[in-house]
Amino acid sequence: MSPLSPAPSGADGPGAEADRAVAAILDATLHGSERGTVVDSPPGAGKSTLVVRAARELVGSGEQLMIVAQTNSQVDDLVDRLATADPGLTVGRLHGSDAAPDPMALRHPNVLPSTKASELLEQSVVVSTAAKWQWVKGVDPWRHAIVDEAYQMRSDALLAVARLFDRALFVGDPGQLDPFTIVGTDQWAGLSYDPSSSAVVTLLAHNPRIVPHRLPVSWRLPASAAPLVSAAFYPYAPFRSGTGPGDRRLELPTAGDGSAADRVIDIAADTGWGLLELPARHTVRTDPEAVHAVARVVRRLLDRRGTCVSERGESPLTADRIAVGTAHRDQAASVRAALTGLGVPVGGADGVTVDTANRLQGREYDVTVVLHPLSGRPDATAFHLETGRLCVLASRHRHACIVVARAGIAELLDEHPSTEPVRLGVTVKFPDGWEANHAVLAHLSEHRVRG
Amino acid sequence: MSLLTTLARLEAVRSGHAEPLATVRHRHLAEQPLVLIPLATAGETGAPLAVMLGRDRERPTLLTLPQPLDRTRRFVLLAELATELLPYLESFGADVEVLTRETKDAETGEPTEVTRELCLDAPQVIVPNRGGIELLGLLGRSTRFRRTAEDPDPGPYPAPPRVPLLGRWLTHLRDRAQVPGSSLLLAMTDLLGRHWATGQSTLEDQHLGALLAWLDPPAGLTGAEAALRAETARDPNGQLLCPPAGPSTDPHFDSTLLAPAITRYDAARQLSDPAATAAREQDIHRLLEGLLLPVWEQLWRGVDLLRALPEAAHVPERWTGDRWSYTAHRDRLAAGEPPQPVQDDAVTAARKLAQREREQTTVGVQEALDDPLAMAEHRLAGEALAGVVVGVELEYDTSRKTAKPRPLVTIRTADRLHADPGQELHRAGGPKPQKAELVAVGPAGSHQPLRSPSEPAGVAGTVTVRLLNGMGRKKEPDPGTVPAPGDQVCFTTFELTARQSAPLPEPEDTPWTHGGPPRASLPASEPASTSAPASEPEEEADR
Repeated sequence: MSPLSPAPSGADGPGAEADRAVAAILDATLHGSERGTVVDSPPGAGKSTLVVRAARELVGSGEQLMIVAQTNSQVDDLVDRLATADPGLTVGRLHGSDAAPDPMALRHPNVLPSTKASELLEQSVVVSTAAKWQWVKGVDPWRHAIVDEAYQMRSDALLAVARLFDRALFVGDPGQLDPFTIVGTDQWAGLSYDPSSSAVVTLLAHNPRIVPHRLPVSWRLPASAAPLVSAAFYPYAPFRSGTGPGDRRLELPTAGDGSAADRVIDIAADTGWGLLELPARHTVRTDPEAVHAVARVVRRLLDRRGTCVSERGESPLTADRIAVGTAHRDQAASVRAALTGLGVPVGGADGVTVDTANRLQGREYDVTVVLHPLSGRPDATAFHLETGRLCVLASRHRHACIVVARAGIAELLDEHPSTEPVRLGVTVKFPDGWEANHAVLAHLSEHRVRG
Repeated sequence: MSLLTTLARLEAVRSGHAEPLATVRHRHLAEQPLVLIPLATAGETGAPLAVMLGRDRERPTLLTLPQPLDRTRRFVLLAELATELLPYLESFGADVEVLTRETKDAETGEPTEVTRELCLDAPQVIVPNRGGIELLGLLGRSTRFRRTAEDPDPGPYPAPPRVPLLGRWLTHLRDRAQVPGSSLLLAMTDLLGRHWATGQSTLEDQHLGALLAWLDPPAGLTGAEAALRAETARDPNGQLLCPPAGPSTDPHFDSTLLAPAITRYDAARQLSDPAATAAREQDIHRLLEGLLLPVWEQLWRGVDLLRALPEAAHVPERWTGDRWSYTAHRDRLAAGEPPQPVQDDAVTAARKLAQREREQTTVGVQEALDDPLAMAEHRLAGEALAGVVVGVELEYDTSRKTAKPRPLVTIRTADRLHADPGQELHRAGGPKPQKAELVAVGPAGSHQPLRSPSEPAGVAGTVTVRLLNGMGRKKEPDPGTVPAPGDQVCFTTFELTARQSAPLPEPEDTPWTHGGPPRASLPASEPASTSAPASEPEEEADR
């Protein structure tokens, strides 16, 4: 499916397996008996490629369609991909009056931006956020819609936009962060239409004949990461990597200086994973030593001028191909400041991306450096244990992932077993965050450097 | 828990008494609130044992049950509660103001005037803790669907006449209590916990006696010692000196005093001895009175403590929301609508969630605007900065025909804002809402990670922002709209009003993704207009 995949020939290769899945999905979207089609996609399994392809097939069969994404950057990204993939496609970019679209999305002649849906009715595809679609009225419903990142969309948002389409293809990653709310929602727990649950959960509860499709191959995750992420976060929907062992390499031309940062970089370059473990200590959220260690690792990654070798060829490891992931915004702010202090470019098109798990969803980098959500904490709350948070942080990389953490997380987990109440009618998600955290930690401990 | 709250709790441990978390009172407090302590029976969910209530501190009314598992008697108690409570709840329905607003006729599009009544005041019920709120909700659930002798088909066990109405009011109060910042039904432990930090955990703060012990420890004791005494000290007979504030009672009280008293009552009744039965019933009444009077006193002490705080500026605005809620419920009762359904339908649930999220945002912002201690939490989290203006440079936006003032304001501050140049800021406490843009962060004003935990945090730097609007239409800014050197200013990274919620379909238009329209389209599930203006927050999601 992905033209970049070095799919081994033969009916059992990952490329062939993925192609079969996509063909079934497109058939269900165009001709299926159910109004909804659901696609579960593990990290980097070609979800965006699927959306673009489904949109082109639908337009090719004479349909117009609307696409619902969750954030403005997702919408801009999709518009850019659609317009690039098919210059013959007319794409409408519906946006809010206070959220101008990214110039990258508008550089194509076949993209038309507007704040009014009524001005985009001639376009073959109209793309916007769920938040903006909710306000659209006075237009005839589209026959087809594609809902992207549907597991991050809340049920109440779907309730507000479902009147705009007859049939829909829902695409998303069930392992990422669930939608959240800032207020208590216990009173609706167990209701099939709990407004705070994900759109897909509600859809499936009310349309039991929809059987979710699955994309079986992660093209992003290297052979070193796919088995762990699959086993730890998708135990009942396993997937494999599109590349084999040794297909992806991070080559470092210079030897390390013996520091902890360099040693963990060496291990990560060799094995795809690295754990830089600092002495156990309870700290404030913006743990200065851990933040500094993260910044040091990034600085050394750049200093050592590594080369990423993959099926795409060779490319230097530059700042824009590195991301730092944290649990909290203040941690991200501290890391940004620490990186700036070390002279590392941060943000923008050329700098290192530093953001929270929520904002890193759907993004891809060569190397990621992660400040472990439980590092230095005296307790393990539901927020910090959330399966999706760790899953996002551990599945953004094409080559290697380096985790920085204080020692003692395994003990912390053992002291804080999950205590969330089990509620009638609520589908229990497997695995729970506690178990996933232990699985990842057990694997990381084999790649440990003490700092 | 925010970092500032954690610090305040640590402070409290050190000082030995509770530390303030607020400089003003952030919740409405009625002149004469109705204080109510519900007690539940062990062993049966939602079975009441006693209720002490009243608006006069000196004269509480006590309703008790001699045999809490007797369901006929239970509804007698609930009927007594209805007699005590309903006149108070209904007494605010008559005094109204009439509001008119312009609207468009739905069919013709012609502008018309719509008048609506808004009750001038609303009831306020204060219970000891969240358990009390939950118990009232359970009582509402168990009574609002009951049939009475007045119903066409009363069934074999008709309830006393006003009991279902009581259930609808209790359901409404409990539902409103879920809305952040609302004040119709409040838990005293939440009220005190919002305004003071103790040196114990939030879970321990749910014990009203222990919480008050931290707030006001007896002479010679620290808060921790007084709290421990409140939780554990017992008299020579093994009874707690400070009984728990309900809804559950102390198991030791249940087994050594209450259960034997009930057994004696049952025995007297079995012998059909009216005098002895009445006497045994009186014994139980006195027993529960002794248990509840200390709690009654604690609740009024809490009211005293709260009353000593001046009311925050935005409290009346939020109380207006409570008045709308009360008025809407009054109207639904008057219109003869059926009781609130057991479960919300999909649209109603989504509307309620949207309302609560909006109110949560609103109450957070308003508290920050009203209270420097609340704003301090945002400043510490890098979401706001406060400081003194040290320079103002009047610049202009000349991109359009008329030049617009875009002054640069430089602020001296030790706050470290988590924001990059170009980020939109909002001016708090200015003469009117103003947007600004972060231009530059001077030395030491940026968010530098501490090199070591011992390094002091507050090194003052400078931050420069550009004001973007709210300065009038002329070339020169309107007087007073641009701060002058020496002025105290505050800017936030968060917007100062909650965003409007997007419209949702009517319940009968529930889409296929959510199971289609609810099967029983009762009139009760008909929503009010979705185009409610912000001044009538209740219309959207008040069911």
